[in-house]
Amino acid sequence: MFWASYLLAALALLLAWPVPMILSRAKWPARSPFTAMVLWQAIALAGGLSMIGAMLTWGLEPLGDNLLEALGSLWGILVRGEPATTLGLVHVFALSAALLLSAHLIFTLLLTYYRIRRGRRRHRDMLALLSSPSDTRPATLVINHPVPVAYCLPGGARSVTVLSDGLLEMLSDEELSAVLIHEKAHLGQHHHLLLWAFAAWRAALPWLPTSQLAQQSVNELIEMLADDEALHTVPPETLIRAVAIVGTGGAAPPENPAAAEGRGTPLLGSPEEQEKIGTVHRLSRLLTPRPPLPAWQRAAVLILSGLLLAVPTTLLIAPGVV
Amino acid sequence: MATLGELERATMDLLWESPEAATANELRERLAQANPAAGTGDGRGLAVTTILTVLSRLEKKGLVERERNIRPHRYRAITSKAEHTAELMHEVLGSVNDREAVLARFVGSVSATEAETLRRLLGGA
Repeated sequence: MFWASYLLAALALLLAWPVPMILSRAKWPARSPFTAMVLWQAIALAGGLSMIGAMLTWGLEPLGDNLLEALGSLWGILVRGEPATTLGLVHVFALSAALLLSAHLIFTLLLTYYRIRRGRRRHRDMLALLSSPSDTRPATLVINHPVPVAYCLPGGARSVTVLSDGLLEMLSDEELSAVLIHEKAHLGQHHHLLLWAFAAWRAALPWLPTSQLAQQSVNELIEMLADDEALHTVPPETLIRAVAIVGTGGAAPPENPAAAEGRGTPLLGSPEEQEKIGTVHRLSRLLTPRPPLPAWQRAAVLILSGLLLAVPTTLLIAPGVV
Repeated sequence: MATLGELERATMDLLWESPEAATANELRERLAQANPAAGTGDGRGLAVTTILTVLSRLEKKGLVERERNIRPHRYRAITSKAEHTAELMHEVLGSVNDREAVLARFVGSVSATEAETLRRLLGGA
């Protein structure tokens, strides 16, 4: 129990800073976005688990040799009023911290969920009044606006893709289908769930490098995954042209010069800046495609992800392992 | 039978078309003219109470305002359809990471230099 808490703390530290730092700078995720996505999820889950687990095992240390036994003693103290002679103030503090962090994470997850859902519902309400369904394509709405824009609004059976008039005018049929396949891939692969989880992770622990890097990388990776889906049906040049047209068409929104001046020196790491870097990565990946990661390397990453989850779980529950 | 959502849309379209405020009864007649199928199907058209329900929903959403000084109350759209669209698109185009979970855009915001690269690329393509 005692050593387990130190190992969990060490793992939590590694997953909070150096590991996400290295992964966010690595080049290989562009070659296999799916495995990278799995790894990011494992890092986030294992990170949270070891953070809470470290405090929990440390706080429970005087109460027993394994988690079940210790939790049993804690139950006895809390519910049956058994004497808590072995439990010091530091242990109570660690246990409270573990409890608070768990509650905070769950609460933020739910809060983010409701915020997103409210935002979507409001947006959908306005779309119902302002857009018209596409004549030719199912689950597609067209909105009357000159700026070329395409996006999808997830919502189960009511999921829609929204296109602007401007987009329909500027893109050829083939480019348009590239955009639509891309957006439908977001919906079909449930990317909004990943975005939700990582947005919540970041909202809960905004000061943690891992939560920022993870969200940024996940945003990039889902675009790559959706691009790959589009590349099954359209040639890369078509997709690149579509990205370029939409990118330049929406690049110069009518803004006053003062605001543009302010945007010239963005804070490093601001969301806008991150998004821009994302588009660069995405385009360079389409322009100079590199071969996908070999199968054994992909398998290695998946096994590593599994281990990342298995290690803290084992440290937490398996009695007498350490 | 038209759903409330469809009726809200049809009503808003009417209000957006005319600069003058209209009563629920006038709107009912215009709705029946514009789209006879929107009625109950047996030729009776829509009930005024239905229109009033729709209008109060639209009022709650902040889309419609009511002139209360004379009876029957007259309703008008608060802002034009184009302004609402611009507002919605601003929300979409201005979406940053926090908002990305609400919707996923095909291409995010692009910097000036990046746009320049894209234009060169387009020229070469």
